Amino acid sequence: MDKIDTSGMSCPQPVLMTKKGIEKSPEGVDVIVDNNVARENVESFLKHSGYNVSIKELEDSFLIEARK
Amino acid sequence: MGNKTKIIIAGGIVGIISVLLVYFGNPANMGFCIACFLRDIAGGIGLHRAEVVQYIRPEIIGLIVGASILALKNKEFQSRGGSSPFIRFMLGIVVMIGALVFLGCPLRMVLRLGGGDLNALLGIAGFVSGIWIGVKFLNKGFNLKRNYKVTKIEGYVFPGVSIGLLVLLIASPAFIFFSESGPGSLRAPIAISLLAGLIVGALAQRTRLCMVGGTRDMMLFNNSHLLVGFISIIVFSFIANLSFGFFNLGFADQPIAHTDGLWNFLGMAVVGWGSVLLGGCPLRQLILSGEGNIDSVISIMGMIMGAAIAHNFGLASSGAGATFNGQVAVVICFIFLWIISYSNSEISVKK
Repeated sequence: MDKIDTSGMSCPQPVLMTKKGIEKSPEGVDVIVDNNVARENVESFLKHSGYNVSIKELEDSFLIEARK
Repeated sequence: MGNKTKIIIAGGIVGIISVLLVYFGNPANMGFCIACFLRDIAGGIGLHRAEVVQYIRPEIIGLIVGASILALKNKEFQSRGGSSPFIRFMLGIVVMIGALVFLGCPLRMVLRLGGGDLNALLGIAGFVSGIWIGVKFLNKGFNLKRNYKVTKIEGYVFPGVSIGLLVLLIASPAFIFFSESGPGSLRAPIAISLLAGLIVGALAQRTRLCMVGGTRDMMLFNNSHLLVGFISIIVFSFIANLSFGFFNLGFADQPIAHTDGLWNFLGMAVVGWGSVLLGGCPLRQLILSGEGNIDSVISIMGMIMGAAIAHNFGLASSGAGATFNGQVAVVICFIFLWIISYSNSEISVKK
């Protein structure tokens, strides 16, 4: 599964990177985000794009797993 | 409550509070204007000597501190920085120059429309065009590289400084400037302005309200969330202006505005493009600066510098229209924006 690390990137980069990620591997992606705004935006983008989304809390970040 | 309802309510409250601030004494169609108020603060601490626009605006202090309090409460306060700091500083200058050629930040642009000032329509057209150009570069991989964790205290310094400004305002020592005429002399009582800022700061932190984000997300992701907030401010300020009898439809004789359509358009195009590169409008930058985002603090510092330059060099427009110097500055801003956009996107990296 493609892993995208958006740590430290400001708006709207996390969603843009995710968008590119699912264009490359439509079956699903793992996205790391390090703040709430990016988490909400990436989650809502993936859900709107028709993915099942689960979120794991890591030490300083979140891992968002998106699957078809 | 759904997210959409939340942002409609937040936008509505911002629109209504803005009109209330005018009722309590702020300049017309200027309940809030991040660009104008940062410019007034620059004047208040003597960075420029345009006597009609000097006042330490408590709204700005409230916005920063309101955002800080809510971010701390929700554990969203993160001290971070180091993403292309000097480019951000320069973009702050550019955005401020564009805003002062138009005479308002994106928030005041929508408040002007809500007050019936049709010149704002040209501003919105320019704003959307500027965002469209910025989005083109985003799609070509434009970014300002990542930020990094910095020490906790770094994030607290800016909200601390803004409280220091409040102390200066209240103590009003002789070296602080207060306009005796013009827009800077029109002000709601300090407590009301501060409270308004705190409420809007907290709301904007909570809802991520951003004037540029709406159009940008619509173009990039077909996501209307933030755009709904933008429209809500227009609708509710329109209703509030009507009920207070402030509504005045037309192009001519609008308060703190000019009818020079081309430069209204181009000024806001600079603001739209520059704000997309910064990742948010001036309001959003201010809110982020209260959340420990040092990159946004640097952008705000750039805006304050830009305001001082705009008035010292005669770039800011007046009711009579854009100045020649202002027009030259807008052209330079476009060239600068293009260089930064091009050199930070993948088009230039591939070569």
